[in-house]
Amino acid sequence: MIRPFIVAVMIAAASPAMAHTLYISNEKDNTLSVIDTATDEVIKTIPVGKRPRGIVLSKDFSKLYICASDSNTVQVLDIKSGALLPNTLPSGDDPEQFDLAPNNKHLYIANENDAAVTVVDTDTRTVVKQFDTGVEPEGIAVSPDGHWAIATSETTSMVHWFDADKLVALDDTLVDQRPRYGRFTKDSKTLWVSSEVGGTITIMDVASRKISKVITFDIPGVLHDEVQPVGIRLTSDGKYAFVALGPSNHVAVVDANTYEVLKYILVGRRVWHMALTPEEDKLYTTNGVSGDVTVIDVKTLEPTKSIKVGNYPWGAAIVPSGK
Amino acid sequence: MIERKSAWRLTLAVAACVMLPALAPAAEPLAVHILYLEQKIDRPPTLSNLDPVPADLGVQGARLGIIDSNTTGKFLKLTFDLTEVIAGPGEDIAAKAETQLSGFDLAIVDAPAKALLALADLPEAKGKLLFDAGSPDEALREADCRANVLHTLPTRSMLTDALVQFLVKKQWKQIYLLAGGKDGDKAYASALESSAAKFGAQIVGRKDWATDADVRRTAAEEVPLATQASSYDVVAIADESDQFGNSIAFNTWLSRATVGTHGLVPTGWSPVVEAWGAAQLQGRFKAIAKRPMRDVDFAAWLAVRVISEAVLRTGKAGAANVREFALSPKLLLSAFKGRGLSFRPWNGQVREPIHLVTPGAQIALAPIEGYLHQRTDLDTLGPDQPETKCKAFGAPQ
Repeated sequence: MIRPFIVAVMIAAASPAMAHTLYISNEKDNTLSVIDTATDEVIKTIPVGKRPRGIVLSKDFSKLYICASDSNTVQVLDIKSGALLPNTLPSGDDPEQFDLAPNNKHLYIANENDAAVTVVDTDTRTVVKQFDTGVEPEGIAVSPDGHWAIATSETTSMVHWFDADKLVALDDTLVDQRPRYGRFTKDSKTLWVSSEVGGTITIMDVASRKISKVITFDIPGVLHDEVQPVGIRLTSDGKYAFVALGPSNHVAVVDANTYEVLKYILVGRRVWHMALTPEEDKLYTTNGVSGDVTVIDVKTLEPTKSIKVGNYPWGAAIVPSGK
Repeated sequence: MIERKSAWRLTLAVAACVMLPALAPAAEPLAVHILYLEQKIDRPPTLSNLDPVPADLGVQGARLGIIDSNTTGKFLKLTFDLTEVIAGPGEDIAAKAETQLSGFDLAIVDAPAKALLALADLPEAKGKLLFDAGSPDEALREADCRANVLHTLPTRSMLTDALVQFLVKKQWKQIYLLAGGKDGDKAYASALESSAAKFGAQIVGRKDWATDADVRRTAAEEVPLATQASSYDVVAIADESDQFGNSIAFNTWLSRATVGTHGLVPTGWSPVVEAWGAAQLQGRFKAIAKRPMRDVDFAAWLAVRVISEAVLRTGKAGAANVREFALSPKLLLSAFKGRGLSFRPWNGQVREPIHLVTPGAQIALAPIEGYLHQRTDLDTLGPDQPETKCKAFGAPQ
């Protein structure tokens, strides 16, 4: 891979290899904002269903699945044409977050009002399995090797583990208050879970489901109550974890090996989720209250730009250039 | 499959004990029995039938708490159940509950202060833990506090402190007070006066609302007279039983906002709260109760949440265990208020944000930004540790 020396963002913008397409879901105005990562400008706004939150791409980047929470459905956007496909997916009640298994087939959807996780076959558009969870399941993750799926129940403060090969429930682990999001490492051996009210990240060993570490955050000058971890992104080189810290308006940079917090980066207000470019040179954060997206340079760990998007941006997903 | 699963649970329990002492899920099945005690009172008829006090106020919150706790509990072999004992206006809840109390460790109580104290002082209540979800009475947390009572409803002073913080922030410091004649109204008015003194607002005028006549027919004549003064920023209303408060707005002498028990209302919970996932709780409550969730419903739900959290994290259900966990810094309860809740260890009062609401929207959430405290800004609401008159909780921790 060519890694040109980038001194300024403008030079970076000139590189055609960087022209990926970033999709942002805007929870409160029922749209997606589409951003060209070469210019970091909004190039299009697409109307979708009510209260779009979680968005996830198919493995071939041809489709974007959208949780339209208040429409009680999962919509499918055709990436090539930019149009919503006529057929939605059955999602169960109030879908908020979901994740697609590496088989590109099984979509795991959290149904917050029903204390359930629905597994939908994206080809046949049928429900293949429903799991009971604790109260208000929200975070969903499928491990990159495809063997594991997890759901986090906010009010039950629990991680539920599912065998994604056999589609059976396996185990449950108590974590800190209001777990909202989970992310597996690239090797599928470790799970990171954020607890919003507990203010912590719990690191778990997947094979044993043992808790190996709890990371806490302390931002100088910010009330501890406002440090509310939600979204997590891990770089594939295993170096960094980025943790969105909600109303503290900061993203924490964590050393993914030592679990030491290296830095807090100031972003927009009420930061929810993030997306990394395929080169992992830029990180985009959705800032709900300020209605914008912050661009962070991963090399320097500095914010470089903020992009005005729709009302209450929530989810983020990137289609690589050329796809 | 089954053997694998139980082996994992064992690993989990061991791991939790070794690595994180705060997390110790029960390995053995455990049933948690909770008593719900309610003393019904004769309420004066409200003037309007638009918003009557529901007959199942409070208990529906506890029932939802049980449903939520069992959803969680099924993963850890914990079950929760509720036994409801309700005394009518002519009955005495302490007498009625005496025998039941001996069979329970934990109870949630919705009763006036006097009835709550009678319950707490029963020999059968010794070593038990009662959760006060129904009385905002200040003395219950102060001079009359009891070691076996925790409070999940905010006190009047927490409410009025929240309101006055907001008024001072807005620079609406000149308060004209209209106070009803019932005991609760007087207590509310007096709490408001203390809050004004605490945060630097002034009560620039006060009228006691004495008339028993139907204010709806005479408000246009009476309210302007009752609020006639040359200057004030807001009219504060102290009318807990809805006798005249709804008829004040738009009838005042000056064109000013109304606050207090009517108008902009400080409360522990309201149907208009929807941020921080609250919409989910409101939806679950409406599904079982067929009505919106009120402050006493929330306080009862919260009491069950505290109990289930204590049992979940410690694996034990006894009153002493729940009390110790609840009063310790280990409790940081997620309860749809945007931050973790805990209890004040010196008097057993829950620390919680107070919502400032109109019938249609949440206008603000107290503590208001800028009110600081060395421990937590939540302790800017209500009496703080240095001024507490509560002795039953022992030396401050």
